[in-house]
Amino acid sequence: MLLIECPYCGERPELEFVYGGQAHIARPRQPAEVSAQQWADYLYRRDNTRGVHAERWRHTHGCGRFFNALRDTTTDHFLATYKVGEVRR
Amino acid sequence: MPLGLLFQGFRRRPPQRILPAAKPLRQRYDVVIIGGGGHGLATAYYLAKDHGIRNVAVLEKGYLAGGNTARNTAIVRSNYLTVEGVAFYAESVSLFANLSHELDFNIMYSERGHLTLAHTDAAVRTARWRAEVNKHLGVNSELIGPEEIARICPRLNLSRHARYPILAALYHPPGAIVRHDAVAWGYAAAAARLGVDIHVRTEVTGIATEGNRAIGVETSRGAILADKVAIAAAGHSSVLAAMAGVRLPLQSHPLQALVSEPVKPVLDCVVMSNTIHAYISQSDKGELVIGAGTDAYTSYTQRGALHINTHTLDAICELFPNFRRMRMLRNWGGIVDVTPDRSPIIAKTQVPGLYVNCGWGTGGFKATPGSAHVFAWTIARDEPHPINAPFTLERFRDGHLIDEAAAAAVAH
Repeated sequence: MLLIECPYCGERPELEFVYGGQAHIARPRQPAEVSAQQWADYLYRRDNTRGVHAERWRHTHGCGRFFNALRDTTTDHFLATYKVGEVRR
Repeated sequence: MPLGLLFQGFRRRPPQRILPAAKPLRQRYDVVIIGGGGHGLATAYYLAKDHGIRNVAVLEKGYLAGGNTARNTAIVRSNYLTVEGVAFYAESVSLFANLSHELDFNIMYSERGHLTLAHTDAAVRTARWRAEVNKHLGVNSELIGPEEIARICPRLNLSRHARYPILAALYHPPGAIVRHDAVAWGYAAAAARLGVDIHVRTEVTGIATEGNRAIGVETSRGAILADKVAIAAAGHSSVLAAMAGVRLPLQSHPLQALVSEPVKPVLDCVVMSNTIHAYISQSDKGELVIGAGTDAYTSYTQRGALHINTHTLDAICELFPNFRRMRMLRNWGGIVDVTPDRSPIIAKTQVPGLYVNCGWGTGGFKATPGSAHVFAWTIARDEPHPINAPFTLERFRDGHLIDEAAAAAVAH
């Protein structure tokens, strides 16, 4: 089980968290104006990075807040966690 | 014991080599297949056998069939939910049933019968739906009640006082167990006899393109030119496709399995439950083979968290109270590539000459023959076979998703 550092609460076991997919993805501002391909890309295509991955987690069984994390997907080692709105570290 | 048999037992014979000896890497092939697992090797076999394309190389970065082919729970079934899905897996099951003869290699195909348990009204509804779709398409599945379940699998806890009582089950008699390594080895040997080159410890590090077209691959052993490049690399499909600038709608997750110490025959069917997440059968060796779930996060580690296994074992102990004192022998993980609609992608890409067979998620092994058969067709003719025509990359753009979440083995 992973040990994850919530930027608000500190280190907690993975069971308290829910994974939220790739971070820093913005919904198109005008969904009606983007092409079908752009909309499908937004909905379905993710980097699926092999290496350092920026991702969202939610501390569901704790403070309930979303935050971002950098994790190496080849080792599952967390490099950093940071609050939503902060730039990627 | 007959004397003849005894005599054979003591006769000294040199060990028979199953797999072909290594060959030097050629500079050019008609088709290069990336990934030496079941799917890649079978694709090479069907390219050579059905389409006469024999100048084919299969490139494997590790050892043959060391990825998900060796890491699955070796179960074969075709009781899916969508018309497209059933067509696919039904072809696979029928090819599997005759594969030992076709490859002249014993894959130890063993029909066991497959039970998908329903613990809720919603699950009963889905089971009934799947049974009707299956019957309509000629696949043997039916909804059965507790009495029939008790007859087929007497060890199941059918008490009304269980935490999640079993209400009904989808029974699929053709569900089978296969020796998974043998599938890959059989295809490898048969493909090599037809002239296919199999290169292990040959990692693809780049895909060469000219204009927009794929023209070959860079490998750890040098460059290879090819008219066509086909990716059959399961969890690493995204990484390989990205080398040609193709972005796939995949997420790679760890999927775990575990086995118990071997015991005498105690379970002769395959039992699965989506609701409480259990998947169990007994191998010919006697081990209980248990499929656990996927971890929620993307990862390439080929291992997962222990709590995923514990969760599955809790469910197994609930279903089979007399397995509570069984000891688990070993566990492992593979990396599965999951699509948004839980159906695979077997298609051309926007790069001419580059083909992908990916997105099998947690159900790739059982699809090996059927998938490879139509993938070979797609590569050879540069157009999809009718069976894989719906399984394109464009379906995500066009909204023609093929939702198999209800029938996938693992609740992703």
